[in-house]
Amino acid sequence: MTVFLQQLINGLSVGAIYALIALGYTMVYGILRFINFAHSDIFMVGAFCGFYCSRLDPGHSLAGGLLVMAIAMLVCALLGIIIERLAYRPLRGSSNLAVLITAIGVSLFLENTGQLIFGANPKAFPALFPERSFTSASGLTVSSDQLLVFAVTALLLVALQWIVLHTKIGTAMRAVAFNHQAAALMGINVDSVISFTFGLGSALAAAGGILYSMNYPSIDPYMGVLPGLKAFVAAVLGGIGNIPGAALGGVLLGLIETLVKGSQFSTYSDAIAFAVLILILLFRPAGLLGKFRVEKV
Amino acid sequence: MGVLCALLAAGCKKSDETPAAGGQGGDVIKIGEFASLTGKEATFGQMSHHGTELAVDEANASGGVLGKKLQLLTEDDQSKPGESKTIARKLISRDNVIALLGEVASSRSLEAAPVCQEAHVPQVSPSSTNPKVTEMGDYIFRICFTDPQQGKVLAQFALNTLKAKRVAVLTDAGTAYSVGLATYFKDAFTAGGGTIVAEEKYTGGDKDFSAQLTAIKAANPEALFVPGYYTEVGLIARQARGLGLTVPLFGGDGWESSELVTIGGEAVEGDYFSTHFSLEDNKTNVTKFVQDFQTKYGTAPDAMGALGYDSALILIDAIKRAGSTEGAKVRDALAATKNFTGITGDITIDEHRNANKPLVILQVKNGKFHLIQKISPD
Repeated sequence: MTVFLQQLINGLSVGAIYALIALGYTMVYGILRFINFAHSDIFMVGAFCGFYCSRLDPGHSLAGGLLVMAIAMLVCALLGIIIERLAYRPLRGSSNLAVLITAIGVSLFLENTGQLIFGANPKAFPALFPERSFTSASGLTVSSDQLLVFAVTALLLVALQWIVLHTKIGTAMRAVAFNHQAAALMGINVDSVISFTFGLGSALAAAGGILYSMNYPSIDPYMGVLPGLKAFVAAVLGGIGNIPGAALGGVLLGLIETLVKGSQFSTYSDAIAFAVLILILLFRPAGLLGKFRVEKV
Repeated sequence: MGVLCALLAAGCKKSDETPAAGGQGGDVIKIGEFASLTGKEATFGQMSHHGTELAVDEANASGGVLGKKLQLLTEDDQSKPGESKTIARKLISRDNVIALLGEVASSRSLEAAPVCQEAHVPQVSPSSTNPKVTEMGDYIFRICFTDPQQGKVLAQFALNTLKAKRVAVLTDAGTAYSVGLATYFKDAFTAGGGTIVAEEKYTGGDKDFSAQLTAIKAANPEALFVPGYYTEVGLIARQARGLGLTVPLFGGDGWESSELVTIGGEAVEGDYFSTHFSLEDNKTNVTKFVQDFQTKYGTAPDAMGALGYDSALILIDAIKRAGSTEGAKVRDALAATKNFTGITGDITIDEHRNANKPLVILQVKNGKFHLIQKISPD
């Protein structure tokens, strides 16, 4: 029983990270109907930002850690806005396929530039926050880093929902999602709304990158590929474009993966996780919480 | 997407060549090398490459071989599956190398081996320990011990030194090295009276091992055997300690890299691994090699550096004895290598083209690797 509970904790902590990355995918998709494949590489840039900024805070204090995280989020938000301005905006109005392929191009560009600048060797990610591990009488263990992941994911999920549903910019985002031209006619500056969306999504990716690296402290320029793919799947599983759906999908995927890895079929963990995805999509093609053509985001 | 990235990224390769001091065309002997200079096992590849380069430079400084200078052509396989085969083909057919040195990882040596065998170009692997490598054909050699030997020695170490009767195994199901070493260890360990209490698997590149480690902890082992590479071992050790699994971890030569300590930190303190060579060996040729290496590259060599050095020395020695650069003659000379004094011990190539040498067991203490035991496989 203890083992099963421990596996649940492990699975939740993996799932929370998938959920965090999936939030960024799903938000950009919700507004622009476009899958930003470079998201997983901004996640990597976020981790490297954290790696270099952490030298500013050798004491690993809580405040210092949060500051490092804030800097990385800011840098990545800027990077996201620049990428949108240079790579995606010139293609607005052209076919979805052209934008999709550009996104893959941006993703490869970031990976290879990362390899050039940061080097291909995996680097050890420092401890940003004071570390502790809590063990219950029955032997259940949870670390402070895992708790931080739960807390940050929950917090960002709520904040994102609030921004999208209850703020002026959120209303503008939903209007743009509904119809670009109509929104522009209503006096909404579509360009700046889209820039904001990319900035927000990229900041989420940076937070995800840092939390991921704290739990798995070995970072390299290709580190985003696999978690990015899983998070994308999580977003689809939950219903892409739907914010609580992305969180649900991430947690579900993390749990399935961990439970399979803990059994004797460990090497099939990805295969089984993806088989579950296919099954769910067969019965609910729009994902668990997704709806067809109704309000997105 | 991942596959796509891997495919596209494979397009760019780095090739660095040592300048051919002697002249052009027919005045040089070309030796090919393929190594993982970047990617997952980059520190292995770089160390091994440095060693090889040092040996070739030293040979050239003392007048070259057969009156000609040696030229080392190095290609990076980026630690990726599929690259080595292409590189081996290119080095053999385009650059006309007379022999190939490489690789550290058994999976990648195995990829290049059929190409070398078919072209009758001798291949010398510095540190691939999987037995299948030299079974690929009579042109394929290795100068390190094999996994059956390593597995046996580690089993003896677990039973006699760690006094562990209950051991759990965590294998990288994606590499020939890890799967092979785990099998040989299990056979020898159970034959010696030990029990394998849990067996879990992961795939190279994984970052989360908590599920497997939770299952292992539940089986209550006295030690955990991890026959993987340092990139994952560091993370495994951290997560094991995080989950409250405090038994010693031990593994094979895939552990040896300074990155193990950088990534693993305090979690790998006190853990053990077997390898080919220890810096604490005080034979004269070893101290000279360590000094030269340190001067040239600014860091101390590890086993991979020493084996990279020895692989080039043995090949150069064979070319000298063959008196020719012809593939078949160099092959025969390599096969006849006897009691060659290398950095990693006296090397004799047996009839299966393997080297028989002692192993050392090192322990991580204060971030450094210390010699615990030297064991000869029988």
